[in-house]
Amino acid sequence: MKIGVVTFPGSLDDRDAARAIRLAGGEPISLWHADSSIKKVDAVVLPGGFSYGDYLRCGAIAAQAPVMKNIIKKAGEGLPVLGICNGFQILVESHLLPGGLIRNEKQHFVCRDQKLRVENVDSAWTSGFQKGDEITIPLKNGEGGYIATDETLKMLEGEGLITFRYLEVNPNGSMNDIAGLRNERGNVVGLMPHPEHAVEPGFGPDSPVAMRSGVDGLRIFQSVLRSVISA
Amino acid sequence: MIIDTVDQSKIEAGKEQPWAALGLKEDEYNSIKEILGRRPTSSELAMYSVMWSEHCSYKSSKIYLRQFGEKVTPEMKKRLLVGMGENAGVVDIGEGLAVTFKVESHNHPSYIEPFQGAATGVGGIVRDILTMGARPIAVMDQLRFGAPEHPDTARVVHGVVDGISFYGNCLGLPNIGGETVFDKVYQGNPLVNALSIGALKHGDLKLAKADKAGDLVILFGARTGADGIGGVSVLASETFDADGPSRRPAVQVGDPFAEKVLIECCLELFAAGCVSGIQDLGGAGISCATSELASNGGKGMKVQLKKVLLRDESLTPEEILMSESQERMMAIVPKRHLRAFKKIVDRHEVEYSVLGKVINKDRLLIYWGEQEIVNVPPRTVAHDGPVYERPVRKPKWQAPLNAASVQAQGLYRANDNTTDLAAQFVQIISSPNQADKSYITGQFDRYVGGNTALAYPDGAGMIRVSEETGLGVALSTDANGRYCQLDPYQGARLALAEAYRNVATSGAKPIAVTNCLNFGSPENSGVMWQFKQATTGLADGCLELGIPVTGGNVSFYNQTGDVAIFPTPVVGVLGVIDDVARRIPSGWQDEGNNIYLLGITKDELDGSVWSEVIHDHLGGRPPAVDLEFEKRLAELLHGASLQGLVASATDLSEAGLAQALTESVLRFNMGARVWISELCERDGIDKTSALFSESTGRILVSVGREDDVKFVGLCDARNIPVLRIGVTDNTGELEIQDLATWKLDELRTSWVATLPELFG
Amino acid sequence: MPKIIVQVMPKQDLLDPQGKAVARALERSGHKAISAVRIGKRIELHYATTPTDSQLQEARKIAESFLSNGVIEDVVEVSIEQD
Repeated sequence: MKIGVVTFPGSLDDRDAARAIRLAGGEPISLWHADSSIKKVDAVVLPGGFSYGDYLRCGAIAAQAPVMKNIIKKAGEGLPVLGICNGFQILVESHLLPGGLIRNEKQHFVCRDQKLRVENVDSAWTSGFQKGDEITIPLKNGEGGYIATDETLKMLEGEGLITFRYLEVNPNGSMNDIAGLRNERGNVVGLMPHPEHAVEPGFGPDSPVAMRSGVDGLRIFQSVLRSVISA
Repeated sequence: MIIDTVDQSKIEAGKEQPWAALGLKEDEYNSIKEILGRRPTSSELAMYSVMWSEHCSYKSSKIYLRQFGEKVTPEMKKRLLVGMGENAGVVDIGEGLAVTFKVESHNHPSYIEPFQGAATGVGGIVRDILTMGARPIAVMDQLRFGAPEHPDTARVVHGVVDGISFYGNCLGLPNIGGETVFDKVYQGNPLVNALSIGALKHGDLKLAKADKAGDLVILFGARTGADGIGGVSVLASETFDADGPSRRPAVQVGDPFAEKVLIECCLELFAAGCVSGIQDLGGAGISCATSELASNGGKGMKVQLKKVLLRDESLTPEEILMSESQERMMAIVPKRHLRAFKKIVDRHEVEYSVLGKVINKDRLLIYWGEQEIVNVPPRTVAHDGPVYERPVRKPKWQAPLNAASVQAQGLYRANDNTTDLAAQFVQIISSPNQADKSYITGQFDRYVGGNTALAYPDGAGMIRVSEETGLGVALSTDANGRYCQLDPYQGARLALAEAYRNVATSGAKPIAVTNCLNFGSPENSGVMWQFKQATTGLADGCLELGIPVTGGNVSFYNQTGDVAIFPTPVVGVLGVIDDVARRIPSGWQDEGNNIYLLGITKDELDGSVWSEVIHDHLGGRPPAVDLEFEKRLAELLHGASLQGLVASATDLSEAGLAQALTESVLRFNMGARVWISELCERDGIDKTSALFSESTGRILVSVGREDDVKFVGLCDARNIPVLRIGVTDNTGELEIQDLATWKLDELRTSWVATLPELFG
Repeated sequence: MPKIIVQVMPKQDLLDPQGKAVARALERSGHKAISAVRIGKRIELHYATTPTDSQLQEARKIAESFLSNGVIEDVVEVSIEQD
C-alpha cells in the first residue's frame, strides 16, 4: 500500500507523516512539489508546515504547485487525500474543501494536546473510528480558525461533512468548533490537529496510561489503509 | 560613488578616517596601519573594526575563556570531536553518531526590536549548528525580562515570544525547553539567548575552512541587503554623494522560510559531498566568512565583490562587506563539484554566486570590479585581533551585600503561623518566576520531528537521535543571576550543578557543557571581576565533574548607564541516554507510590525565591555546592533508571521543596500526602527551610511499593541520604501535614493564571 | 516604476481577528472615536512600462484567482499607479 507524502518548500511534518504511514503498515512514498507525477500512489498526504513561508495566504502558493494539478484531478476521481494543518489550508485553497482558515482568535501560535470528538466515520480517513469517539491529538497552528459562510456551515452540518470537532477548548476560534472536514465523496479529509504526532508511544500527547504515549492519530492512517484495500 | 582602493590608500596616506566612530581605539587603528604598512582602505577599516569588536574578537574575555581548554583531563576530551573555537563543539554520543550544540545571545537587538531580534537570534544559532555538517534537531531559549509589571516588559515579552515562535516553528525544530526569568535588573537589558542542537554521523563533520587553492568561494542563500549595517553608515556618509542613502537600518529582518529551504539545501549538499568547507554569515557578514574561512584553512582568498547578488543595488562595497542580511551561507566548493552543487541549489530554488577562489598566498584580496579594495593577511582580521587584560577589582558593595544575610536582617519566618506559611507557599509558587510557563512554551511547536521525549514542563528537554536504537540526548540550561550577584564564582558552579542535576534527573548521563556568559561592561573593573570569578568557577566545576566545555558565547555591555545586569552565565549541560524509552518522568502518575527526598536540606535562604518574593531581599551567600555529591547523586539516578526503580524524579532548586511538590502533583494531576516534621528533625531545620530552602544536591523521587526496598538499599549503598516524606494518592489534593490541604484544581489555577494575567 | 496596485480586504461579514485586536488596543490607549479596524493587504505588481489595458485585465484576473481567496477575502481595488 503506497501513500504519497508531498514535500513543498517549507513543509515540516513530511518526515513525521511518512513515519505515521510506516507505523500504520503502509509504504510512504515521497513526492516533490515541482514534479507533476504522483508515482501511482494509492493515497496522498499533504503534511503540515509553512509551505512557501505561509506567504500571501497559508497554502495559497502551494495550491498552485505542479504536483497539486494532478492531485486535484485524482481527488476528483476518488483518490484518498488527507490534508493536515498546512495541508488542510492547501486543500481549502485548492477548493477541494469549502471554507477558509484564518489567524487564530488569540493572535498567536498555539501548541497543545487537543481533545477532539470524531463526528463522522464515513470517510476514507475516519472509517477506523466509532462515531462519538473522543481522542487526543496535538494541535499546533497560527492560522487555524475555520470560517465559512452560514450557507456553507449549514450544508456541512446538514450533510454530516464535519469529521472532527474541538472538545473542551476551542483553540483557535473555529466556527462551530470545527477541527476537520471531509468532502461529499468522503475521500478528501482536512484537519488542523496533527495525527502524525500521536502515533508512537513515548513521543505523543500524554495519555491517561503514561507520559507522552497517546497514539489516537494512528487510526487515521490505519483507516485509509483499510479503505484502500476494501475499495 | 567614490571607491577607496589600496592604491588610493597609498596616495592619500594621511587621510582622516572615522576609526573612533567605528568603535576602534587609537592603538587598535595604529596596529592596523602597522600590519598593513599603510592606512587601511575604508573597506579594510570596516572589516577590521567589526572583526575586532568585542562581539567578534572576544578581546576582553579571551584570557579567561582559555581556562575551559586548559582545565581538562585526557578523560574529559575523549568524547570531544571538535572543541572550543569552532562554530560549535561536537560530542561523540556513540553508535557512530555525534551531536553539536551551542547557545548564543541576541540581547541588544532584542531590546531594540524584540520580534526580529529574537527571530534572527534563533536563525543565527541554527545556522551555526548546520555549519558543522549537522541536521539541527531542536532549539531551546533562555530569556530574562524586566519586572513583570513594568509597562515596557509586555512589549519585550510579546515581541520576543512571537519572534521565537515565528522563526523556530517555521523551521520545523521542536522547542524542548528553556528558562524565563523576570527581574528589574533586566529592564533595559533583556537577555535573549537561543540554543540549538544538531545531530550528525562522525564522518559528516564539516569545518569552516578553505584549505585547498583553486577551490571556489560561493555565496548562496538570501540576497545581500542593507540589514544591520547601521554602524557603518559613518563610512557610507563619507563615500556617498550628498543625495545617497545616509541612514541604514541597524535591525536585521529574518525569513524563516528561506532558512528552512537553506537547511534542506545544505544537508543535500553535504550528503552529495560537494562542499569542502562552509561558514554561515551572521555578525560581520562577508567580512567574517571570508577572513575566517581563509585563516582557518591557512590559505588566502581572491574575491570579486561585484558578484554578490544584491537586494539593494545602492549598497557600497563597505556595506556589502558588513551587511548582516540573514539566511546566507558561504561554501568552499572544489571546481569539479560545481555542477553537482548547482544542480542541488537549483532544485531548491536557492540563488548562488561564485565570488572567487582560494589562493596559495596569505592574503585576502577583495576587488570591486578592477579596483583592489582589500589586501590583508586573513589571520590578522579573523584571529589575531587585540587581546586585553582589563582591570579587575572586587566591587566595594560586594562585602556589605554578602553581610546582609537573611539571618542578619532577621527576616520574618512564618514557622509557627500555619496560615501565613500556607499563604507564602501559594504566593511563591504563583509568583511570575515560579508560575507555569505554558503561556510562553505553548506558543512553540514541541512536536515536530516526532522525536521529542521530554519537553516543558519536564525539567530537561530530551530528543531521540536514532530511531533505530532509541539513542538520545537530554539538555538543560540554568543560570541564577541573584546567586551570581552574591558570589559569581559560586553562582556559576550552582548553575552548572543544577543543569547537571536536571539532566541526571531525566535518566541521562551528563557528558558536555556549553555556556552563554551575559555580563555588563568589560570596561568596568567590577564587572570584569565578576566575569573572572564566574568563568573560573565554571571551569573549576567542570573539571570536578569531569565534563568538558565544548564552546560558548560572551555577551558584554548588558548595562544601562552605570548599572549592569546581574552576572548571568547561562550554563547548558548535555547528557546522553542509550534509549529514550528509559527516561524518567518529572511528575507523579501512579497512586500509592512512596515519595523520597534525596540529599540534605540546610537553612539556605539567602538569594532564594522566598527572600525575593516574600521579603524583596537580596543579600548573604548563595547555597553551598558539593559537586562530588552531585556526581554520586547523578550516578544513583542513572543506576536506578537502568533498573527501572524510580517512577518519577524532580530536582529541587528555585523555591525548593514547595516548587518540586507543586510541579510533581500538577504534572499528571496526581495528589499526595506529605509530611515534613521528620525532615525538620533529621536536618535540624525549621519549616520555612524545609519548604523553601534552596540547598543543592536534592532530588524528589517517587518509587513504586514493589521497588521500595531495592531503591532505599541503592541509596544506602551509595551513601546518599534518603527520607520518605510522603505518598501519592488519587484524592485530587496536595496535603502537607500540619500545614494545609489544597485542591489540585485550586493550586493549578493559582499556578497557571499568573502569566496570562500579566501578558495574555 | 509603473505598477498595478491590488488591494485585498477580509470579507466585510467575516471575523478579522487582526483588526479586532488592533481596535481593542487603540481603545485601551484612549482612541475612543475609532469604532472598528480592518486590516487588509496592498500588493504591488511592478512593470517595466506602463501596463496596457489587457495587462490590467490580466492583473484583475490574477487578483481574483490567486492574490485573494474569494471565500474569505474581497479584492477592493485594482488600479495603475505611476510614480
